[in-house]
Amino acid sequence: MDNIATKDTAAAYGVAPGRLKSGPRGAKPRRRLSRRNIIVYGTLIVVSLYYLLPLYVMIVTSLKGMPEIRVGNIFAPPLEITFEPWVKAWAEACTGLNCDGLSRGFWNSVRITVPSVVISIAVASINGYALANWRFKGADLFFTILIIGAFIPYQVMIYPIVIVLREMGVYGTLTGLVIVHTIFGMPILTLLFRNYFAGLPEELFKAARVDGAGFWTIYFKIMLPMSLPIFVVAMILQVTGIWNDFLFGVVFTRPEYYPMTVQLNNIVNSVQGVKEYNVNMAATILTGLVPLTVYFVSGRLFVRGIAAGAVKG
Amino acid sequence: MTAQTRGSARPNQWLRNLNAKIASIPMILTAVVIFVGGTAWTVLYSFTNSKLLPRLSFVGFDQYERLWEAPRWIVSIQNLAVFGFFSLIFSLVIGFVLAALMDQKIRFENTFRTIMLYPFALSFIVTGLVWQWLLNPQYGIQSIMRSLGWEGFSFDPLYNSDIVIYGILIAALWQGTGLVMCLMLAGLRGIDEDIWKAARVDGISMWKTYVLIIIPMMRGVFITTLVIIASGIVKVYDLVVAQTSGGPGIASEVPAKYVYDYMFLAQNLGQGFAASTMMLVTVAIIIVPWAYLEFGGGRKRG
Repeated sequence: MDNIATKDTAAAYGVAPGRLKSGPRGAKPRRRLSRRNIIVYGTLIVVSLYYLLPLYVMIVTSLKGMPEIRVGNIFAPPLEITFEPWVKAWAEACTGLNCDGLSRGFWNSVRITVPSVVISIAVASINGYALANWRFKGADLFFTILIIGAFIPYQVMIYPIVIVLREMGVYGTLTGLVIVHTIFGMPILTLLFRNYFAGLPEELFKAARVDGAGFWTIYFKIMLPMSLPIFVVAMILQVTGIWNDFLFGVVFTRPEYYPMTVQLNNIVNSVQGVKEYNVNMAATILTGLVPLTVYFVSGRLFVRGIAAGAVKG
Repeated sequence: MTAQTRGSARPNQWLRNLNAKIASIPMILTAVVIFVGGTAWTVLYSFTNSKLLPRLSFVGFDQYERLWEAPRWIVSIQNLAVFGFFSLIFSLVIGFVLAALMDQKIRFENTFRTIMLYPFALSFIVTGLVWQWLLNPQYGIQSIMRSLGWEGFSFDPLYNSDIVIYGILIAALWQGTGLVMCLMLAGLRGIDEDIWKAARVDGISMWKTYVLIIIPMMRGVFITTLVIIASGIVKVYDLVVAQTSGGPGIASEVPAKYVYDYMFLAQNLGQGFAASTMMLVTVAIIIVPWAYLEFGGGRKRG
């Protein structure tokens, strides 16, 4: 950090490095427009344009009317801005015989995501806590199986889960899907919480034990309040992951409970009718809006959340 | 490492630490019933001729023979191999180069990272549909290039069976390289500044320092990233469904889609189980050596 600061100051005062009182520290001050900077920033800007292009095209397309799309090019900004495609995507777009738009999928996704996030995090955090602070014989074995299981392709396990859910009488319902999300969220979340709890000072736990606090008291009174950041990271991870899920939604629910991603795919890839690209793009943005909002609001925490996937146990 | 409760004076072995055991029931059930039990169940039933419902009438390796004779499965495997090979190479190379650029103490680092990583927050369905639109031959990139005067320009991967998998590759790279960049950047930041100073003192060029010193030092990061990408590749499903639905014809089919279609649409469970077992084997080939290197080799557990 120190080094960077010095460098920045040196660059800012490029003409008069002698003003730095701290002596010759860090690298030699560079001119702003050096060849190296042009290459570095030039590449990064070109790359950024490539990443931004699809988002731009999505937005622009969704604001045009169909006649304009047919004659114009996809990169041109709209001549006449219309919000009709958005309204249509939300309230009128058809999947099969249903023509009530993406709103149904949106609310289904909300009803799937909220309980799935809460339950999966509750279960995994308690698991992680037990693994970090209350290890019992065999706990590590189950944990190892859990982590290895995270690499097994879902396709291998979906049919047995269908059978289990059918036996429980919840196959095709929201409850069933919540259970599935809890199961498949468990490896990474448990790992995340276990590592976090294990990193907390052990003295705290011991002091609480001496004072007579038990398993649940310590969890609710000490661990939970101390670990809010990791809960936020877990929430970000789960909200985006569950909202974006497609496979489980399609396998474990009935059409009336289809999440937004499944409905979006059905709307856009339906073979009937005239293709309305503007409505399709509006629907696509609407589906991406929730995870994008989470992403832009959470910033650095999102990076921590996804990097958690790379943390080793 | 962590607190032990061995010292507590409870008499009964099983009742000791009871709350922790109760709290771990979901984990134990998931690990034993779903992960171990479910996998074993699928492998077992892949040797049966189950059609609409799972039945225990064994037929040996019949399903596997049929699987490897099915043109659609062969296409799926070829696609997975091409897609896997190129996405590994490209995402590692692009991810590392971007991370190296980001590590040059640049300004606006946060802005650049935000831009490169946002596709990763999106669903594969969203990514697939956007790129389906961008690669639309009538309105998309191809038509733009032609209208700019390059009449002979032809790039319609989604309608050309020979190159359709590259169309999917472009979309997958758009979504995934940001993550690889972030992992690599974290790796680069973990390298001691002194290494750079030492290299500079010795007069080693930046280029050479990266190739000869930094990359070998980042071996662990590379391997972890490789495993993450590889296990993602095997699972690729949503993207193909959204972008091409496996078409044109069967040109962009992938194993995960084969499994789903046979299990839930074609009602040929045995085939689906055999195909999913093959996916499991593929993943095992990737994971087992890595797990051995990482966790085996004489290091004690716990």
